[in-house]
Amino acid sequence: MSSAPSHQSTGADVLIVGAGIVGAACAAEFTRAGLSTIIVDKGPVSTGATAAGMGQIVVMDDNEAEFALTNYSQQLWNEMADELPAAVDWDECGSLWIAADDEEMQEVERKHSFYSERGIETEVLKVAALERLEPNLRPGFRGGLRMPGDSVIYSPCAAGWFIEQACQRGAELRLGQKVIELRGHGALLENGDFLQADITVNAAGSWAAELMPELPIRPRKGHLVITDRYPGFIRHQLVELGYLKSAHSVATDSVAFNVQPRKTGQLLIGSSRQYDDETRDIDPDILKRMIDRALGYLPGLAELSAIRTWTGFRAATPDSQPLIGPSIDDEHLFLATGHEGLGITTSLGTARLLVDQVLGRESAIPCEPYLPSRFRQGGADG
Amino acid sequence: MTERREFDVLIVGAGPGGLAAAYCAAEAGRRVGVVDDNSAAGGQIWRGEQDKPTQPAAAEWFERLRKIDLEFLPGTRIVGHPANGVLLADDDQKLLELKYDKLILATGARERFLPFPGWTLPGVTGAGGLQALVKSGMSIAGRRVVVAGSGPLLLAVAAYLRRAGAIVPLIAEQAPRGRVAKFAAGLLAHPAKLIEAARLKWELRGVKYLTDCWPVSAEGDDAESSVTLHRRGRTWQEPCDFLACGFGLVPNVELPMLLGCEIEQGHVRVDESQQTSVAGVYAVGEVTGIGGLEPALVEGQIAGLTAAGRDEAARRLHSPRRSARCFAEKLEHAFQLRDELRQIPDADTIVCRCEDVRFDQLTEHRSWRSAKLHTRCGMGPCQGRVCGAATELLFGWSMDSVRPPLYPVRVEHLAQATVTRETSSDVD
Ligand SMILES: Cc1cc2nc3c(=O)[nH]c(=O)nc-3n(C[C@H](O)[C@H](O)[C@H](O)COP(=O)(O)OP(=O)(O)OC[C@H]3O[C@@H](n4cnc5c(N)ncnc54)[C@H](O)[C@@H]3O)c2cc1C
Ligand SMILES: Cc1cc2nc3c(=O)[nH]c(=O)nc-3n(C[C@H](O)[C@H](O)[C@H](O)COP(=O)(O)OP(=O)(O)OC[C@H]3O[C@@H](n4cnc5c(N)ncnc54)[C@H](O)[C@@H]3O)c2cc1C
Repeated sequence: MSSAPSHQSTGADVLIVGAGIVGAACAAEFTRAGLSTIIVDKGPVSTGATAAGMGQIVVMDDNEAEFALTNYSQQLWNEMADELPAAVDWDECGSLWIAADDEEMQEVERKHSFYSERGIETEVLKVAALERLEPNLRPGFRGGLRMPGDSVIYSPCAAGWFIEQACQRGAELRLGQKVIELRGHGALLENGDFLQADITVNAAGSWAAELMPELPIRPRKGHLVITDRYPGFIRHQLVELGYLKSAHSVATDSVAFNVQPRKTGQLLIGSSRQYDDETRDIDPDILKRMIDRALGYLPGLAELSAIRTWTGFRAATPDSQPLIGPSIDDEHLFLATGHEGLGITTSLGTARLLVDQVLGRESAIPCEPYLPSRFRQGGADG
Repeated sequence: MTERREFDVLIVGAGPGGLAAAYCAAEAGRRVGVVDDNSAAGGQIWRGEQDKPTQPAAAEWFERLRKIDLEFLPGTRIVGHPANGVLLADDDQKLLELKYDKLILATGARERFLPFPGWTLPGVTGAGGLQALVKSGMSIAGRRVVVAGSGPLLLAVAAYLRRAGAIVPLIAEQAPRGRVAKFAAGLLAHPAKLIEAARLKWELRGVKYLTDCWPVSAEGDDAESSVTLHRRGRTWQEPCDFLACGFGLVPNVELPMLLGCEIEQGHVRVDESQQTSVAGVYAVGEVTGIGGLEPALVEGQIAGLTAAGRDEAARRLHSPRRSARCFAEKLEHAFQLRDELRQIPDADTIVCRCEDVRFDQLTEHRSWRSAKLHTRCGMGPCQGRVCGAATELLFGWSMDSVRPPLYPVRVEHLAQATVTRETSSDVD
């Protein structure tokens, strides 16, 4: 009996490369719309940035495009909150932006009016209220902004659940299979198989440019530290307002105070941003700066027990907006990547916008700011 | 705040392997430092032997060590490796930066636990673990202890507990009778082992030694407790106050992995001179493969001599080492864990105690990484030291990565864990 050639594939409507949270959310959305879907990943589900990130579901206001996508996505998360399996650890702890000086207090006011105009609930905290809500903060801060609508999840399990839903609706999951060439009508795997599909989606996170070198994506490294369990040590995700100034400075390495209470009682200490270091090693100097920064806000952290440190890579684009939509050169090859430090949050909005474009549906928010075509030669500058 | 020390030869682990290495390197005039997380030297087998030796070999080595100069850092754990030629250590009070020219890893092994229904009950302990508790003062006199699992360690532990007044009705050895008998016959080639075996046999007279036998569950409350044992199709309950279990030993390869040393079938790969795949880093004893005292002592000497530049003297020990390792291979073959042990957990048996992960949560995963990410298995304070060795047998998984800190440390100590790069690059 002669064996069938291995590079045969039945073909599907959609082939998604990457089973991180973005690829997983897209798979759930495509199958919900009735499209036959294949998901392929070189590793297990959620091994990339999705395993490394903090999992905060957050609304941001750096610019209108970022606000629109984070706000829309957060609404989608809230709608499914009741259905999420317990392992996702959904926690509506809210977040708290901390103002260290008068300038940052002005930023609190600015944010408050920005959000109020758009119907987002926020609360300006004076010194006493801040100290009452978060007694472990060092005394002397000027106040803060509470965002009660922000949540925290355990993202690997959220991605796992999206994949599970997709598979229940007939999607085919191929793990441990690396794509080495990606085209509009399919993908060539390292094992020689060719998977055929009407359209393909590059959701390979910070590896997206390995498959498409023309993509303007650079891995941006981040460090995190997790502690043992200290329930109640902090109650909100605490973030510094200098965050915007320091963390988003594109050129240099930076650290910012960002500490999150996990539902397990553990604390996740962040955050750092670095370009041009593509090893997964811990950089002791960055780690030191990051922890020192955190100790400046929460001196009591010093005594707590740290159990592990790790690093992850964000897929950064020149204008800090993701790439959602058809690629520039091939209308069958779609992109869903470039989510930098917000991909856990924006995975849901991304999946909706992408499927809207594929099916020609109207979107709830404008999709233009995220279209890959903005990087076309002579188009919008990055 | 961070203390700094510099050594020609730094040794991690003060068991027989590390001590032999320390002696040889110091004797050759090198500045030697020895780090161990216990409060006294001796490692697993020579615990407590420094002050009151009962074993001739221990007495001999501690006597030698008294005559030379070395710095011993007790109660100190290696937690990180921030740059070439530097290790970070933590003694709870402070962080130490230890610089070295040559490094010898003698980190030993730990017991393997296997999960079965009831294994998390208070009366169920590690075999070596119970021995250590008794050595440090716990009274066991008059208590009934069933010793179960695999390997010669069970006999050593049972004999020790008996000397301390425990009642040991039986030892349950999972290995088949044929293999154990062949192993025992093979001891004729290793006279020292034969003498030890004869001594153990005498000490354990009256204790049933059941091969092909293993625990399938433990049950009990404050008033009464027992273990259910399985042997050749028969299952029965054996009353006991303690069940001391050990399913062989697992090399402590976390630090070697952090250093980038190549790992082969669960232990560190070394060459003739005990050098690992990383230049200037040596490994000796259990961490290079389970073999007990003899290989640890010879390998320690080889590494200590080589690290001190005495290659000729080191070479003379190659042949004794080969014979000691040959015993280790027989040991491994004889006490290989049987497939049936994979069936002993129930669906709801806890496998990862730190994170309360059940057996049935793990079965759908194909790798340690996948299971860890989706169930949190191995994410707790022990970082998979216990459940990692269990899932290796149950599912054939191996741990993928080791991240600092190797042991939990205070957050502020992590922040001190930096070294200036130019001073560290000149040593490699
Ligand atoms: C330190 C840190 C903190 C963060 N905190 C937050 C936060 O609080 N909130 C938030 O919203 N976001 C956060 N993020 C960002 C978030 O983690 C990412 O944006 C998000 O996980 C991206 O998901 P993804 O699916 O695009 O990528 P990934 O999770 O990286 O998935 C990509 C997948 O593609 C697979 N793949 C790659 N190449 C191939 C190939 N050739 N063949 C087959 N498969 C391939 C990979 O194996 C991987 O599984 C953080 C990120 C970091 C690093
Ligand atoms: C629980 C147990 C009980 C045993 N009982 C016996 C017995 O009764 N009879 C017998 O013949 N054999 C026994 N053994 C076998 C024993 O391992 C060997 O006989 C012998 O002790 C091996 O010597 P070693 O030098 O390789 O390692 P060990 O003696 O294990 O010494 C290694 C030392 O390194 C330390 N260490 C490891 N990592 C670090 C770190 N990161 N920082 C600082 N210190 C570190 C450990 O705490 C330990 O003290 C036992 C083993 C175990 C695990």
